Amino acid sequence: MSDNAHKNKSQITRRKFLAGLAAGTTALALSGRNADGYIIEEYFRQHFKRLSKDDLKKILADLEEELSFEYGKKATVKATPPMDNVVFGYALDLSRCIGCRRCVYGCVNENNLSRNPEIQWIKVLEFHKDNKKWQSLEHSNRYYNPEKVPQKGRFYIPVQCQQCKNPPCVKVCPVKATWKEPDGIVVVDYNWCIGCRFCMAACPYGARNFNWGKPSIPKEAFNPEMHYLGNRPQYKGVVGKCTFCIQRSRVGRYTACVEACPVGARKFGNLLNPKSEIRYILEHLKVFRLKEELDTNPKFFYFFSMGSSVKS
Amino acid sequence: MIDVAKALVRTLTTGGKEYKIWLGFLSLLALIGITLVYRQVDQGLIVTNMRDQVSWGWYIANFTFLVGVAAAAVVLVIPYYIYKYKPIGDIVLLGEIMAVAAVSMCLMFILLDMGSPERFWHMIPVIGIFNWPQSILTWDVIVLNGYLFLNLFLVTYALSKIYAGKSYKTGFIWPFILLSIPAAISIHTVTAFLYLGVPARPFWNTAILAPRFIASAFCSGPAFMLIIFQIIRKTTKLKIKDEALHKVAEIVAWTMAVNLFFLGSEVFKEMYSHTAHIAPFNYLWSGLDGHDQLVPWIWTALIVNSIAFLILLIPALRRNFKILNIACVFIFIGVYIEKGMGLIFPGFIPDTLGEIYDYMPNSLELWISLGVWAIGLMIFTLGAKIAIAINTGELGKGPPAVH
Repeated sequence: MSDNAHKNKSQITRRKFLAGLAAGTTALALSGRNADGYIIEEYFRQHFKRLSKDDLKKILADLEEELSFEYGKKATVKATPPMDNVVFGYALDLSRCIGCRRCVYGCVNENNLSRNPEIQWIKVLEFHKDNKKWQSLEHSNRYYNPEKVPQKGRFYIPVQCQQCKNPPCVKVCPVKATWKEPDGIVVVDYNWCIGCRFCMAACPYGARNFNWGKPSIPKEAFNPEMHYLGNRPQYKGVVGKCTFCIQRSRVGRYTACVEACPVGARKFGNLLNPKSEIRYILEHLKVFRLKEELDTNPKFFYFFSMGSSVKS
Repeated sequence: MIDVAKALVRTLTTGGKEYKIWLGFLSLLALIGITLVYRQVDQGLIVTNMRDQVSWGWYIANFTFLVGVAAAAVVLVIPYYIYKYKPIGDIVLLGEIMAVAAVSMCLMFILLDMGSPERFWHMIPVIGIFNWPQSILTWDVIVLNGYLFLNLFLVTYALSKIYAGKSYKTGFIWPFILLSIPAAISIHTVTAFLYLGVPARPFWNTAILAPRFIASAFCSGPAFMLIIFQIIRKTTKLKIKDEALHKVAEIVAWTMAVNLFFLGSEVFKEMYSHTAHIAPFNYLWSGLDGHDQLVPWIWTALIVNSIAFLILLIPALRRNFKILNIACVFIFIGVYIEKGMGLIFPGFIPDTLGEIYDYMPNSLELWISLGVWAIGLMIFTLGAKIAIAINTGELGKGPPAVH
């Protein structure tokens, strides 16, 4: 009850603030660590890359306090920088994937994605092996719902952000709210995105999701370990996307989808490390990438470890 | 200065019964729109029918169409200033006012489509980040605002000169008038580049998109103006010569010919090469896997555009105002459909992963868009009211006797 009241209050103050702004009141006159002050600071917050170390520290602390209060768990929001000599790459074994969607739900839980409206960063496409029904993506079905997977005569292609080396989504952003980090991860500053959705028009992989409504995450499902550019809760009216679980990968952990996969179809690692599993796959197996003709140069590879599951 | 302001207010507030009913009607539509915008801002764009699969919809379609309407000005500017075709002199300022109204509507539609419109300051250079020249959207911001202020300046300058009883066609204004021509071309080109520069959407990724934009814009804008000019000359003292309207109709005939030719080239390319990229084209023209909601729309557009072209092609028909008006309404409808159901929606259907989401705007999107149109028409009505009063000498000294 009290949390609801707090929520309502903060909504009203936000609205009041915007109305005040429209009326031309000097927002800067208000400051301090009350709700109004926080919203005003948030409104005038600069782009992530322009924040000083001290600013960032304060913002992270404020965010932690706010989220801990809202979700009733001790929350941490970090801004772990990229590691030197690391560029992340991903490989997915299509001969193993059974289409169970555990990766999808693992991702939703890990990344604090909205449950209502429902947002999923991984989309699993189902294809028929017969009837030549697999030549193009238009023959896929995202909403398959059998009692058991894998179904006979079907195969599955999970798609998520391909972390392109040449990302078309980054180029089109009018305010540089999305960019490629030195470790190859394409991120979004949720406090800078204006919600124009040009990046969604430009992405060839449907990898970007817009928060059409206010995101909602059940308290009990809230993941309190967060990264500023990754899995912290997003806002209404901004775009989000897969970040290779930046909050995990940058501290040397596997992404949630890799851990969730029951058949070990998902491989993740450092492309610059010659001894990594991902490098082994790239060097020893035939791999392909989606829509290579667009020259987006994805760092997300698909391969078949056990012959070909598709009759040619 | 205060006298001028008083006179302007008097001009705007006095008018016949029709004028007041018209403004009242527009205000009502605007109010409905604003009420619904409040709901959209409060709950988010989830109140529209847009979703991740079709992430731009009716608002962007209207934006695109109105960039075309803004071309109305240049179709009058070129014959009048470059070819010295005198009869158009009476209406060229109205064309520029229409451009101002149309670009204002464009900017409103862009703002409406933004998920976080309150963050618009992020685009302002220095305090925000303006991703120029990388993002084509920043180019569009520049050319649209440039075109808006250029026309605003041209109209204000001309009217203030006429108000003082002087000629406004001085050497000083000449470069600005000339500049308005490439500026008009630039707003269409850059707006087309927004879409055609996106290889993820094969339906848009065609070089002919920019020329097609210009051709269709030079149809829809003038067609819209032709109807408005006839209303104006019936309801006000402004004299608009038949020859002026005939000349504009003739121009539209040829631009429509070019428009249909470009469409034909596109149809040939898609159908003859028949690659995997034909899916959106099929979705639009014949339906895809039973999804065919856009089919009746696009065929209607093709039919009305073709009929309008034939009417305008035959001088005897286009000189008959009743028939001309049918052609103008047809072109308006035809190009409106072409830009929305014919261009924006199928760009997203099927989406990049092959999913078909049958997008059509819901009533909220339609009402909000009507509200924007009402505000735009109000801008035009008020601007035209002042321009006409000044041009007829009701306000100020009127135009000098010799042009």
